Amino acid sequence: MPVYKAPLEEIRFILTEVIGARELAALPGYEDATPETVDTILDAAAQLCEEVLFPLNQSGDEEGCHFVDNKVRTPEGFVEAYHTFREGGWMGLSCDPAFGGQGLPLLLNCVIDELVCSANMSFGLYPGLTHGAYNAIAKHGSEALKQTYLPKLVAGTWTGTMCLTEAHCGTDLGLLRTKAEPQTDGSYALSGTKIFISAGEHDLSENIIHLVLARLPDAPSGIKGISLFVVPKFLPDTGVRNAVVCGGIEHKMGIKASATCTMNFDGATGWLVGKPHKGMSAMFTMMNEARLMVGLQGLGLAEVATQNAVAYARERLQMRALTGVKCPDKPADPLIVHPDIRRTLLTMKALVEGCRALALEVAKKLDIEAKHPDENTRAEAADFVALMIPVVKAFLTDTGFDVTNMAMQIYGGHGYIRDNGVEQYARDARITQIYEGTNGIQALDLVGRKMAEDYGRLLRRFFHPVAAFLEAEKENPALAEFLPLFISAFTKLQTASLTVAARGLANPDEAGAAATDYLRLFAFIAVGFMWLRMAKAAAEKLPCGGDRTGFYDAKLKTARFYFARLMPQVNALNLAILSGAKNIMDFPAEGF
Amino acid sequence: MKILVTVKRVIDYNVKIRLKADASGVETANVKMSMNPFDEIAVEEAVRLKEKGVARETLAVTFGPSQAQETLRTAMAMGIDRALYVPVDTETQSLGVAHALKKIIDREKPDLVIMGKQAIDNDSSQTGPILAAQLGWPQGTFASKLDIKDGKAYVTREIDGGLETLALTLPAVITTDLRLNTPRYASLPNIMKAKKKPIEVLTPDELGVDFTPTLQILKVAPPPPRKGGIKVPDVATLIDRLTNEAKIKLS
Repeated sequence: MPVYKAPLEEIRFILTEVIGARELAALPGYEDATPETVDTILDAAAQLCEEVLFPLNQSGDEEGCHFVDNKVRTPEGFVEAYHTFREGGWMGLSCDPAFGGQGLPLLLNCVIDELVCSANMSFGLYPGLTHGAYNAIAKHGSEALKQTYLPKLVAGTWTGTMCLTEAHCGTDLGLLRTKAEPQTDGSYALSGTKIFISAGEHDLSENIIHLVLARLPDAPSGIKGISLFVVPKFLPDTGVRNAVVCGGIEHKMGIKASATCTMNFDGATGWLVGKPHKGMSAMFTMMNEARLMVGLQGLGLAEVATQNAVAYARERLQMRALTGVKCPDKPADPLIVHPDIRRTLLTMKALVEGCRALALEVAKKLDIEAKHPDENTRAEAADFVALMIPVVKAFLTDTGFDVTNMAMQIYGGHGYIRDNGVEQYARDARITQIYEGTNGIQALDLVGRKMAEDYGRLLRRFFHPVAAFLEAEKENPALAEFLPLFISAFTKLQTASLTVAARGLANPDEAGAAATDYLRLFAFIAVGFMWLRMAKAAAEKLPCGGDRTGFYDAKLKTARFYFARLMPQVNALNLAILSGAKNIMDFPAEGF
Repeated sequence: MKILVTVKRVIDYNVKIRLKADASGVETANVKMSMNPFDEIAVEEAVRLKEKGVARETLAVTFGPSQAQETLRTAMAMGIDRALYVPVDTETQSLGVAHALKKIIDREKPDLVIMGKQAIDNDSSQTGPILAAQLGWPQGTFASKLDIKDGKAYVTREIDGGLETLALTLPAVITTDLRLNTPRYASLPNIMKAKKKPIEVLTPDELGVDFTPTLQILKVAPPPPRKGGIKVPDVATLIDRLTNEAKIKLS
């Protein structure tokens, strides 16, 4: 049976000693987010995740969702767990107090999202999608829509969905066909079929609120002719059952306790959210938060997989240490004595901790973007977020799959057996690389959109603070062993950025061919920068005798591993990037 | 009616205890602390009685270092109305705490006091009984069920022979056992509200109580490690060793 303990010590270290989360309490509206309050909330959230959500993870996967007579039943225990989650007020953590939320920072929401996804990713999708629906209406809906829907979504008595994908269009939403016909009363009648709709139908809430992308009759073709509508399962004023019905649920590789539905709209009543034909731009304003959340799903799964792999490596006795017997009273030594096992565990640990620090840094900037009184500070934070979102989404979800896969490897044959629970993490993680914009799309977003913007303005929001840090810390003896490794990698990133930008201008295929490797190169430096900052914080604590548990010492040793063993991947990525598009595009399509 | 509950900040029940190097006690620095689990049950019971309309007001009290106030916040996040904190720098021992509680009770005049049957730090199980004796109130210890009706508290206790139910005339002192209830999860809105509620502070001087420990701890040592078992060749040897080494009378 797998185990899970919320990594609160790690999280508190990042919040208080690395990214300075206490600054948020100084922002207007966030006065309540003092370190003490955050601590209490984290304890309560951890308890809920460990005791209520985690015990349903394996059983939910085993049982899956049931589809009978156009209705979906979630696995045993999910209704009660959702009730506990909702009653606890967790849905409204970062929502507007005007609608019953607590108005706490998004950073805190992100921290708790990781815990929820570690404990039970399938479960987390129901409140997660609801938060997405909340955002869509809060940011773009009329006052009347807000009053009708937001209090219920914040309370969780109603849940939400995002209905984008159709059978013939996933990545390319410009192709979508669902129609919205204006009615005389100001509402719209929606017709069409949406697929892959998470939480489209279930038994957790009284009502389900679908946010649907569709075309008005006079809509221009393509991506510029898409509007956003809200379509409730039951009409709010009359309670009448709307003409939106679940046609079936998918049988998936993972996240089996999350109902992935086909939704049929047969003249369903809906209301326009925002302006006609502006549905895609409405989607874009929510994308940063949504993509960060998906990155955190990957991180959450990597964390729980790592915890279990470490526990297994300590317990499982197999072979003797290469350097001689370590546990003479036992028939064999534990796996953890073997260098290759330890290399794997350190890879997992270094990636998980580095990725968490990066994600929380980005989350903090989201809060600054939203709340800081100074316009320039807000704009700078917005740039940083825009730049980092594709990196976080793609790298954290790739890491999620890689690390869960490594956990299976630690378990050997037992990792392949369902009863032991680790293979579920790999299956659950796999979707995160695909949805909310495939990781290939994230790489194109980074190279094609973010890098190009205003001649690299976004890049400078990362490069300049890094350069300033390097200048300020160049004499810091604690960082002396790390700085040369980091600077060499950072220089490669800067050169590669210029090269890809220049080549991409001349030939877009050059940018497209470099994109994925470039994103990965970028990510190793972004995570490496967080490791520098963590090493700095840990080194400051070490001499004060404040390291009773060996936490800071472990931090420094993990940093050492990251720079020595993982960072060198930038060399290979750099060579691949610089090799150009020709070695890819020269190969004829018929040749495959 | 008015209910007073007591809460104590102790090392979290999940933490593996480590001893201080000088054997003077248990290491508490950098260790996760939380509310004594039996006190959580007391808090839950008081909040349920309030929700049922049996209680009109609930009050939580704690003694200890300033961080102990967090435990009061937790009690309020679970639904307790008011909190009272008595700062105590020394170790809190049963006698001093019971003396102080009596003073507080004389002032607050609760109809019912609900306490954990013991705190999981030193497992004394004394404060409730001492307090009841000092107040001259009836006591129902190790309660696994509680009913309040007609001015009486009906307390069911798990005893060796089965279940025993006591009828206590109020006011009374009750201490909680594990099966009394399952404490709720603190809700986020209540956590936020609890942060804003005032905590009343009463110093030992104001109470006129001396918290100087009356018991002195000489040494704290870990229990001897378990020795591995042995195999005996036959039943006769087994009986011989049980009789002569383990000194078990096999009549």
